[in-house]
Amino acid sequence: MDATTRHHVALSGRAEGQPIVFAHGYGCDQSMWRLVTPAFEEEHRVVLFDLAGAGSADPAAYDPERHSSLEGYAQDVVDLLEELDLQDVIFVGHSVSATIGILAERRVPERFGALVLVGPSPRYIDDPPYVGGFSEQDIHELLGSLSSNYLGWSSVMAPVIMGNEDRPEYGQELTASFCRTDPDIARRFARATFLSDNRADLPLVSTPTLVLQCSSDVIAPVEVGEYVHQQIPGSAYALLEATGHCPHLSAPGETIAAITSFLRDRVRV
Amino acid sequence: MPIDPGPSDDAQGIDFRRDYDNSPCGFLTTTPQGLIRNVNQTFLAWTGFTREALVGSRTFVQLLSPGGRLFHETHYAPLLQIQGWVREIALDVVCANGQRLPVLVNANLDRDEAGSPVAVRIALFDATERREYERELVRAKDRAEASEQRARELARTLQLSLIPPSLPQIDGLEVAGDFRAAAEDVDVGGDFYDVFAISADEWIVALGDVCGKGVEAAGLTALARHTIRAVAVGLHTPSAALAALNEVLLGHESDRFCTVAMIRMRREGDSWRVVLGSGGHPPAVLVRPGDPPVMVGGSGPLLGVIEEPDFEDHQLLLAPGDALVLYTDGVTEGRRGDEFFDEDRLLESVDRNRSSAFAIVDGLVREVGDFQDGHLRDDVAVVAVGVRG
Repeated sequence: MDATTRHHVALSGRAEGQPIVFAHGYGCDQSMWRLVTPAFEEEHRVVLFDLAGAGSADPAAYDPERHSSLEGYAQDVVDLLEELDLQDVIFVGHSVSATIGILAERRVPERFGALVLVGPSPRYIDDPPYVGGFSEQDIHELLGSLSSNYLGWSSVMAPVIMGNEDRPEYGQELTASFCRTDPDIARRFARATFLSDNRADLPLVSTPTLVLQCSSDVIAPVEVGEYVHQQIPGSAYALLEATGHCPHLSAPGETIAAITSFLRDRVRV
Repeated sequence: MPIDPGPSDDAQGIDFRRDYDNSPCGFLTTTPQGLIRNVNQTFLAWTGFTREALVGSRTFVQLLSPGGRLFHETHYAPLLQIQGWVREIALDVVCANGQRLPVLVNANLDRDEAGSPVAVRIALFDATERREYERELVRAKDRAEASEQRARELARTLQLSLIPPSLPQIDGLEVAGDFRAAAEDVDVGGDFYDVFAISADEWIVALGDVCGKGVEAAGLTALARHTIRAVAVGLHTPSAALAALNEVLLGHESDRFCTVAMIRMRREGDSWRVVLGSGGHPPAVLVRPGDPPVMVGGSGPLLGVIEEPDFEDHQLLLAPGDALVLYTDGVTEGRRGDEFFDEDRLLESVDRNRSSAFAIVDGLVREVGDFQDGHLRDDVAVVAVGVRG
């Protein structure tokens, strides 16, 4: 099974352009980027993919052992870059995929041209003086609330989302996979994500990096974004006016502007 | 922020304001960014907040438990942004006094004509009872999984009691046996085998299959195995022992039947004199050096079905280098799609692995498994005896 099948890879944009890879965060799939990617298609080779266990990724690509830690996801990214033979990659990672991108960059820095970290958090749980935003109990409560939600999610929600005869305005392809995850995988991925601690990896990043921080984000608070910026040598930092955890959905224009401005400055340097 | 109460007491006497405030569900309206712009009385009464504490100063996500916030940001908000609505999201609202209110949330994202988001309208349903019920379901599911695990262990233990824990060492003979349970089967099966001595140089090998699965089949299997042990000493031919077993099974209240292949073997110098009997069982496989394997004996009446059936005995001499293989129909009836493992593959497998009784059993069990991609459709039992050359 090749990477394209495993991760439901979608290629668009200029074939010979510098590749820009968009990696979605915990919860949903590559459709999260739909408002942002068109802006890069004229100049770049745009690569979208689904993380193992998410969206339309091949279910067989998910391995409970490999994907019990973010390192397994990072190796997936490395495999993807190598199989598609992408060089000088601009890697845009949202949320947990920001960390996955950092770990992948550690493995094959020679393939990376730039890292854009959207709402990154190297550790979600407070560890004074470090502020992650959550207590350990909060995270365990999340794992519990997943059980509660997926009880309805898997058996009741899914048919409604898929058989949307009365909602023809929502594309079949989109609604069939978007945000739907096997409940067991969702719980395991949540554990791998929200119990991770990758603070020690930050100072080792050698690729030019932009940290994109929303001004009010309950998942990755401003303190966390500033911490990531301080820890990654020479990184750029942009505080968006956008609130929430998904600026690429709620403020795509501002997100696009911040990324393109960073890439332009890089070229000038 | 002033609230437009709408056309109270309009021409038809409809009081929209009262309908909104006293609705049996909570209503919130927020900006696209989540800042609360309006709230109804029901929600305020449930949560103990004042209107002033919420409107214009709190976002919806700030009202949620930490776990709920994570779920909101990773699922709810993206779904709302992309498809414009969410339904039946289970969240906990943290009330003014810190207590949790379990709610089910439906929300719509309202856009203006240009497609820009204008407002989010949220309806919240008190789900306290439902959440408790869901917890019950989760607990029941956990219990069911634990029970299934216990049932598996019980079945495995019971199954192991139907075959000897180890096979005897017999001077001049190789005796090999193996049993594999069908894949993903919690039930104990009816396959069994046994090897035991009735005098210094005289041995019985029996292998059988009680029809069906489950505790009752296992009980009958144990009965068949121990009956053979009891009657084999006094009744010298397999046919006589099978007839006795038939009577015991007929007398048993179960209407299950079974098949048994049974051999009695007595040492004669370097060789072994074998009498082979069969009660409705597939034929044995005989391997002789220099010859392709062949089927011997087999079939005869099923056990536990008719009164006074006639069983036949089949005589043969196992010389050094010869081997005899008994197996259950889980081997020949192993399936891949519409294709059966069948007797041809059985004979080919035995031929390939004829170097020893152990090689024959290992090879056959492995190949039947591989043929079915590792998922056995039925239990498989195989016993082989080989005369050392």
